[in-house]
Amino acid sequence: MDGLADEAARRLRSNPAAVAAVAVLCAIVVLSWLGPWFSPNNSQTLDWLHIAVRPGMQSSHWFGTDRLGRDLFTRTLAGTRVSIAIGLAASVISLLVGVSYGAIASYIGGRTDHLMMRLIEILSGLPLIFFVIFLTVIFGRSEYLLFFAIGAVGWLTMARIVRGQTLSVRQREFIEAAIASGAGTGRIIARHVVPNVIGPVIVYATLTVPQIILFESFLSFLGLGIQEPGASLGTLIAEGAGEMEAAPWILLVPGSFLAVLLLCLNIFGDGLRDALDVKDG
Amino acid sequence: MVPTLSVDRLRVSFSHRSGSIEAVDRVSLQIVPAECVGIVGESGSGKTQIFMAAMGLLAGKAQVSGSVRFEGNELLSVDRPTLNRVRGSKLTMIFQDPMTSLTPHLTVGTQLAEVTVTHLGMPWKDARTFAGRMLERVHVPEPKRRLNQYPHELSGGMRQRVMIAMSLLCEPSLVIADEPTTALDMTTQAQIIELLRAVRGEFGMALVLISHDLAVVAGLADRILVMYAGSVVENAIAEELFKHPRHPYTAELLKCMPSVTGPRLDRLPTLAGQPPRPGEILEACPFAPRCSRAADRCRVERPQLEGSSTSQAACHFPLTS
Repeated sequence: MDGLADEAARRLRSNPAAVAAVAVLCAIVVLSWLGPWFSPNNSQTLDWLHIAVRPGMQSSHWFGTDRLGRDLFTRTLAGTRVSIAIGLAASVISLLVGVSYGAIASYIGGRTDHLMMRLIEILSGLPLIFFVIFLTVIFGRSEYLLFFAIGAVGWLTMARIVRGQTLSVRQREFIEAAIASGAGTGRIIARHVVPNVIGPVIVYATLTVPQIILFESFLSFLGLGIQEPGASLGTLIAEGAGEMEAAPWILLVPGSFLAVLLLCLNIFGDGLRDALDVKDG
Repeated sequence: MVPTLSVDRLRVSFSHRSGSIEAVDRVSLQIVPAECVGIVGESGSGKTQIFMAAMGLLAGKAQVSGSVRFEGNELLSVDRPTLNRVRGSKLTMIFQDPMTSLTPHLTVGTQLAEVTVTHLGMPWKDARTFAGRMLERVHVPEPKRRLNQYPHELSGGMRQRVMIAMSLLCEPSLVIADEPTTALDMTTQAQIIELLRAVRGEFGMALVLISHDLAVVAGLADRILVMYAGSVVENAIAEELFKHPRHPYTAELLKCMPSVTGPRLDRLPTLAGQPPRPGEILEACPFAPRCSRAADRCRVERPQLEGSSTSQAACHFPLTS
């Protein structure tokens, strides 16, 4: 049985850039979870004997320390963990909400579609930053709120994409055949519409993860995201930016992690799009 | 006896910038149990729209009036859950293009099983076994293997057999076949028609065969309805219709059929002119502009279906045998 997914996986494997990106991503994920086990240091302990030391193998601080003497290796890995978690969680939220919202609006159509889409336009008219500031002011700062806030704004574009795809799918004859066979609206959306729009949706979701990581870093950079002593790549970069001249590694270490992470996610997303796009296959 | 399907003064119209277009204009027809009715007409004559209305598949902007009763129950005004219980189980439809009527990402077995799971509450495992048996009954080779295949792995004829199997799963009392062979090549066409004949004998359901091709309908239908511009112009027992057409339009159509045994013709006869533009129909015979027998009365008074129980025509001056 040669499923469509197998076919896509085969095409993805024959794309060297995508394979390399996946390998690097896996390496970063494994390192960020397992790496701290190999280091004698803790991401939040202050080492007064080693303040702002350079990266190197002479001490146990392989990536150096920041100006409070905290180990940058473990801190960067902790920050990477947080960033990846936020990226994934917010993408999953935007995926769930966006796909169901878009598919329902478009499949039902008419006035429902009209109202639901106007709501999206109103929401996307709100400046994102204000929205997040607003939420943090009301509910206080917490990681979960951050997941929620980013996911809550991330689904808007997803819903639009799904709606557009659904518009073309619902005209297809097999939908008519499904209606004629007595399937209810919910079943048709879940079993006949959504699986057919999933290709572009997966691709967009992969490309959302880096966007969200970047957005989180941006919020943390502004001081709205993860709070000390916790760390995300954004807070680390913000911290490093202050010491850029005296101790550039405090900026460069988390900065390069972020850059590599985003690059790999984008290459993977592009590869996935090519693999799922049967038209060019 | 309650007719299987009873359509009474059904009107389907679409509003359009230039006014309303009557796709189906006051059509009444009855289909009795186990009967095979052929519906013949050219594109746009409304033959499909009648049954789309019955299945609740009309486009949202369509306006419908009149009544469509299935085994005595009104279908037009019924709520969706009730309609969903009927369609797909007792009232099923086979679509024109088998290439696009099956959902591409689900296996054939899943799609077939879903019908009996939905309508009969069968457990999935039994439903799949049942689906396999049904594929065997419509002569799909290696039915077990087909269950795990995706629609794109099957040929057009095979997919139409799957569609037929799907329509038969819940022992329907009426199957509507909307141009079931149009998208297939000639030899497959003959096989599918043969299959329809066989399953009709086996399952004993009523069958509506919609086609623009008299030849397709000829071998299968007990009774033939000829449609023109949204209304039924002739309703006759098949043999009677072919031997003694009463409506001039039917007679012209029959002349256009190429014959294997008759004299060889350089050119097939055609029917001059165009059907009336939708929305143009007034209180006149819609065929009058193209009719050689048209008189003044045809241009002012719309004829009604009249005649014996074996042959009725909507014509003021029907042909006599």
